[in-house]
Amino acid sequence: MTDQLRGKSAIVGTGHAGFGEAHGLTSFDVMAQSALAALGDAGLKLSDVDGLFCTMMEDSMPALMAAEYLGIQPRFIDGTMLGGSSFVNYLTSATMTLDAGLCDVALIVYGSTQRTASGKLVTASRPPAYEAPYNPRYPISAYAMAAARHMHEYGTTREQLADVAVAARAWAQHNPEAFERGPLTREDVLGARMVGDPLTVRDCCLVTDGGGAIVLVRADRARDFPKPPVYVLGSAAQSAHRQISQMKDFTVTAARESGKRAFAAAGVSPGDIQAVELYDAFTINTILFLEDLGFCAKGEGGAFVEGGRIAPNGVLPVNTNGGGLSCVHPGMYGIFTVIEAARQIRGDAPGIQLNDIDVALAHGNGGVLSSQVTAILGSQATL
Amino acid sequence: MPNTTGPDQIFQRALAEQEVLLPKCDDCGAFHFFPRVLCPHCHGTAISWQRASGKGRVHTTTVVRRKPERGGDYNVCMVELEEGVRFMSRVEGIAPGDVVIDMAVTAFVGETEDTPIVLFRPAEV
Repeated sequence: MTDQLRGKSAIVGTGHAGFGEAHGLTSFDVMAQSALAALGDAGLKLSDVDGLFCTMMEDSMPALMAAEYLGIQPRFIDGTMLGGSSFVNYLTSATMTLDAGLCDVALIVYGSTQRTASGKLVTASRPPAYEAPYNPRYPISAYAMAAARHMHEYGTTREQLADVAVAARAWAQHNPEAFERGPLTREDVLGARMVGDPLTVRDCCLVTDGGGAIVLVRADRARDFPKPPVYVLGSAAQSAHRQISQMKDFTVTAARESGKRAFAAAGVSPGDIQAVELYDAFTINTILFLEDLGFCAKGEGGAFVEGGRIAPNGVLPVNTNGGGLSCVHPGMYGIFTVIEAARQIRGDAPGIQLNDIDVALAHGNGGVLSSQVTAILGSQATL
Repeated sequence: MPNTTGPDQIFQRALAEQEVLLPKCDDCGAFHFFPRVLCPHCHGTAISWQRASGKGRVHTTTVVRRKPERGGDYNVCMVELEEGVRFMSRVEGIAPGDVVIDMAVTAFVGETEDTPIVLFRPAEV
């Protein structure tokens, strides 16, 4: 997104459904319940939706399946599949589409019943031909190798990785919507079952059910809705690779580029961000993205997160809902970074509501550190 | 004689002959992997094949933890060859946890499920 699109669209509704375990429901059921919740939040109806932005883990034409299920015939659909970052990426295409008059009400929506349907982190992807013979466990082996390289180059420690999970849990403990709210210590993380060295099961995101939805309209009518509008100040994407074996530098992600352009479009810098919502599929993600988005220098992410610095009452509020590590992670988490950032700005966050949040960042990760998308959201005061 | 002109087929056929061939761009001179019909660096389409040196270093590594009854733990790593390309692979002949970053390794052609694959063993010093 360029600064021409700064503030041209606004989130006027958010919703979710099926967090944790959605027994007896399908992914599309949870998707639809999320859509209804977000539209209800915005005071709109499904029949008002004329732009759909959706992908799912099931079906080869998931956006069409979703539209059909919802009983809508959108005049614009974006079903671009970048993995979990897709839903942050839709902020860009929804803003462009709204601004061009190609739709008037944009619905971004997702749902999954990964936990009750299979109990595993499943993927529709076929393993790449030149990786499959070595049987990497998708996706954890990829992130484990990124973590190992970061530890090798920068001296990042397992304790520092663990502190990311501990901080996420500390936020989640205040969030009644979070799936895991029990106490978690650094020792618990380090002592948990090792699944892919150097990552234990507590370095990995949850496997839950859940869906999320976001409603956007053009900024010129954004104040006509029940909730305070949350403006899209900037959003930007960068792709790096698809297969982890093609990642050029295992310690640097494309968030460096997506972040730089999102900040430029929004006209803000990392120091202006009051709440940071990152796609934390694994503990290493949080460290990589804090570095690559410019909250600290490359290699200093471990020290940056150490000892509660990103926990409640720390230096920087990161993943204030508990993140994918402790709140919810239904296959793809990206949409929840946007929902939590928007709710912090609106002042109705489900857990710890930070004071006077005007600018928040949502960052989506897709594939195996493959696609990075950064969005910066702002209150009315930031226009 | 089947058509073996596609880049993937050329690589696999050589592998079946116990040989690791690497695609190299005639225009920019850089190697790439995986095999494809163009050079991902300069987008040239004149690609030649060169026998790999087989010499490399572990760039990064992990141990996939697996229950003993399912075959036990195993190594997955990225090896950077002298030619500058990286392979996902595993280092055999040592415990999976003993594979460390920067260790020198040598390629060999092994087998998985009757299919030849590129594997590595610690380099002899």
